[in-house]
Amino acid sequence: MKKAIILISLTILGVYLIDIFTGIGFGTQHFASGVKDAYLIGSKETLKVSNVVTSIVVNFRGFDTLGEVTVLFLASMALGGILYKKRHDVGERSVLFPSTRIVMSGAKLLFPSIVLLGAYVFIHGHLSPGGGFQGGTIIATGFLLMLITYRNYSVSHNRLSYVESFAGILFIGLGLAGYFINNSFLANIFPAGKLNDLFSGGVIGIIYVAVGFKVAAELTGIIYTVLHEKD
Amino acid sequence: MEKYLEILNYTIYGAAILLLLIGLYGALTKKSLIKIVLGLSIMDSGVHLLMISIGYLKNGTAPIFSPGHENELAKMVDPVPQALVLTAIVIGFGVTAVALALVIRLYKHHNTLRIDEIKNLKW
Amino acid sequence: MIYLILTFILILLMIGAAVYAIWQKDLLYAVIASGIISLLLSIIFLILQAPDVALTEAAIGVALTTIIFIIAIRNTVRFEDEHDKKIKENKIIKPEEQ
Repeated sequence: MKKAIILISLTILGVYLIDIFTGIGFGTQHFASGVKDAYLIGSKETLKVSNVVTSIVVNFRGFDTLGEVTVLFLASMALGGILYKKRHDVGERSVLFPSTRIVMSGAKLLFPSIVLLGAYVFIHGHLSPGGGFQGGTIIATGFLLMLITYRNYSVSHNRLSYVESFAGILFIGLGLAGYFINNSFLANIFPAGKLNDLFSGGVIGIIYVAVGFKVAAELTGIIYTVLHEKD
Repeated sequence: MEKYLEILNYTIYGAAILLLLIGLYGALTKKSLIKIVLGLSIMDSGVHLLMISIGYLKNGTAPIFSPGHENELAKMVDPVPQALVLTAIVIGFGVTAVALALVIRLYKHHNTLRIDEIKNLKW
Repeated sequence: MIYLILTFILILLMIGAAVYAIWQKDLLYAVIASGIISLLLSIIFLILQAPDVALTEAAIGVALTTIIFIIAIRNTVRFEDEHDKKIKENKIIKPEEQ
């Protein structure tokens, strides 16, 4: 009975959504001129950033990114609060099974290249696909590989929190510098440079590097906390 | 032949809506708490696919000015939904992590994962 | 043309994985199926000309979400109907009978 009601209401919702989206149409230009063109031209002419998604995330909608990074920080803090333990009562890490020698040497070989790939992705975030969030998550997966392979590998929580707070302070400090010099939060205070140059876009590349460090530290903290949860 | 290919175009909307509905069905009918969180994460994927496919242009290119192709503004797909989905994926991971931590705590406290056995908030 | 057919196959596989993830009683298999959904979804994002989103989905959806689900399953129970079995074997007394 309950399942029948749920199925009927889901069918109604599906028919309604399909009706809406066939009206919108797939792969066509929905507006004659809209937000899209303004962002594309602004990113190309004034900001000199070739990846438009980066310029939207960091500059045009910079407040969104600040809020998002704050939400991620709150999630990591809430996780530490929910899975609380006494200071010296840290249990054994829940490794799924002991790893063999092949996995151990392979992980040791792969870890530096994974971290290097992450750093490459967030340094070139304004030129090619990628950026702070992607690079940060790639670095966090590298730490995850080391943490589930080696039983005695550990990450210092103090160091993680230092990296995280300094990256956050750099983000907000650059935003406030833009406010005091150019009268708007996150405004560009450095010369914009040339399109498709590594040092183009002024402040955007620096902010994305800070976001990359912050996201990597937060996600590594979340993984570390969850991995050490064992009864 | 061409007409049938036109219909194929719309399957991507259909897939996104189906993913959304399957996730919602799982979250509404299943009893296990981990299954509910799994259903919510599948629903998340459906919403992401829906938003990306709204911004797609036929024969479009990615919104990146590569050297030598700086003047092809009209062919680029819409970058705004991509930026929104980029933030939504990261937030979704944070939400999933907090929800699973709460599930682990509930299991430690009540020794069950069935949602109808946890009756502290029921009266 | 070839991209359309490839997209169609990927979509079919994705829907199949989603149905399997909801239907399967063994939670470990269900979680691996949801990882497969994320992998196929990132390829579809690449076909839809969104390389940034594809990178994020591949890193977060496939690696991090799956491992967090697996750790949660390791800390709780693996099977969805494990509680019913315990009740059937009278290991747990139902709260109404107390």
